Amino acid sequence: MNTPAILKPVAQTFAVRKAARPVWAVLGERALEVLIYLCGFSAIVFVLGIFFFVFKEAFPILGHKQFSLGQFLFSEQWYPTSEVNKRYGVLAMIAGTFSVTALAMLIAVPFGLGTAIYLSEFCGSWVRETLKVVIELLAAIPSVVWGFIGLTVMSRLITKYTGAPVGVNVLNGAIVLALMSVPIIVSIGEDALKAVPDSYREAGLALGATRWQLVWRVLLPAAKNGLLAAVLLGVGRGVGETMAVLMATGHAVHIPHSIFDSVRTLTANIAAELGEAPANSDHYHVLFLIGVLLFMMTFTVNLAADLIVRGIRRK
Amino acid sequence: MKQYVPYTFSLKLSTAAVAAAFAVSLLQTGCGKSESTSSSETAKTQTIQNKGSDTMVNLAQAWAEEYKKVAPDVNVEVSGGGSGVGIAALEKGTIDIANASRNMKPEEVEAAKKNTGKAPKEFIVGYDGLAIYVHKDNPLNEITLDQIAQIYMEGGALTKWSDLGVTIPGASGDEIVRVSRQSSSGTYEFLREHVLHNKDYKLGSRDMNGSKEVVELVSSTRTAIGYSGMGYATPAVKMLKVKKTASDPAFEPNVANTLAKTYPIARSLQVYTLGEPQGAVKKYIDWMMSDAGQKVVEASGYVPLPAEARAKP
Repeated sequence: MNTPAILKPVAQTFAVRKAARPVWAVLGERALEVLIYLCGFSAIVFVLGIFFFVFKEAFPILGHKQFSLGQFLFSEQWYPTSEVNKRYGVLAMIAGTFSVTALAMLIAVPFGLGTAIYLSEFCGSWVRETLKVVIELLAAIPSVVWGFIGLTVMSRLITKYTGAPVGVNVLNGAIVLALMSVPIIVSIGEDALKAVPDSYREAGLALGATRWQLVWRVLLPAAKNGLLAAVLLGVGRGVGETMAVLMATGHAVHIPHSIFDSVRTLTANIAAELGEAPANSDHYHVLFLIGVLLFMMTFTVNLAADLIVRGIRRK
Repeated sequence: MKQYVPYTFSLKLSTAAVAAAFAVSLLQTGCGKSESTSSSETAKTQTIQNKGSDTMVNLAQAWAEEYKKVAPDVNVEVSGGGSGVGIAALEKGTIDIANASRNMKPEEVEAAKKNTGKAPKEFIVGYDGLAIYVHKDNPLNEITLDQIAQIYMEGGALTKWSDLGVTIPGASGDEIVRVSRQSSSGTYEFLREHVLHNKDYKLGSRDMNGSKEVVELVSSTRTAIGYSGMGYATPAVKMLKVKKTASDPAFEPNVANTLAKTYPIARSLQVYTLGEPQGAVKKYIDWMMSDAGQKVVEASGYVPLPAEARAKP
């Protein structure tokens, strides 16, 4: 492209200045660019690598003639180390994962969204900053500590106040999971509410709405995509969590009939059994197949959350 | 959405391919390295990797601490997970000593030979009575082997405490809450082999990931029954006396009954090494089987080896 005559001096100055930069600075910048590029690219490589590895390890069992996918998905008989008749059915664990996650969300969503609304709309700045620090602290507690609390403190409280025969059950796991996912729901939910323009609030108040009406009729509908994403990320956390549910749910292969029944989740089962399963045995491959199942579940949840967040940005 | 595309983007496509290849090769070398053994024979402070049985993890820890006083330059790293986990790690050659509360199976021995070229060697280092635990307020005192089997076995007839003629004071339900272990546990396999005669467990038992958790859950659940090494007894639980059949006398799990083999569900505790142990590992195992090491066994609540089976210093 021809540079217009009037701009030529400028272009020359620019070129001169560029040439005057020392070689190491130019090379350094290029090196840094490549490094950052590699960092960005590595995420994709690792995800694909993990995806490939999990599938590769699960694949051999699918061709096995004694193994049927229908039995895997729809039987509750889980006897991976039986001496007489090995059976690999994960229905009870799917039911366990769903029941614990669903109950956890039933507890966590009202609490999390309530806290988010309070933080963003009702409290003063001093209270907000304090609460946010405390909630972030809640997110920093390791999951094994939560599990230990579930196993010792909560299980005793549950047997004492509900009369349930066993304290480690769906309710215990759900409460522990709820406490773990509340911080995620709060921080993302609060961001979503903050993103609603102030003009909405002003318009609502000017029309004579009370603060409650403003939240219910204006802010929640306006921020609904972001709030939904917050809830879905909380669900993702629930489905993927391992250590806490392993300790708090009782780890029993059993389709729950009430919230006081013990269950086993898919993640807890992998954690508990992968260490002993001999490499390349059927048991080992089946555990990886459970991994594939989990991968698909969390992938669906995360994809849904991502699409919803994108929906918000476009607005 | 419009995106700002840096001017170097098109140039870097080849770089991307190189980066991908690089990352993949990194992944592969990473995997390769993790398979190599961890014993360091030449280092000044030697580390012995010790893994396996949860029944033995407290004992192994106590040994490691006590051995530190005898040989300060040897560091023993102990972890649990279950006998199966320890044996699986030994098969891969990633540890020096595997603890197991059951014997290695022939196919596990074969796998170890195939992977490492060395045959595992077994050392019996003590004995344990497998105790049947109930809540301390449970009025039941004795149980037969067949009753244990009927409670835990798939298709077993006993599901309620009233089937055993027992009413538990202060309990809300009558159902027997079965507390069991994960399938990686040697205790799990021992009970299945010797009491259930290799039949499967009933589904729906609470499968704990440690011996201690079993006792913990039984102590907080009035209608529970559980099994675990007798070293884990606490004042909040009761160990049942066990008899072979209804007409036999019942024996409580203790040192004398285990050594006399009158307690019906006693077992040996063993450690495994790959091939004949060498250097620091050999010294450590010899020490375990000496009087000093066996004192630790007794202090941990297990049954020490009889005098003639001990290693002479």
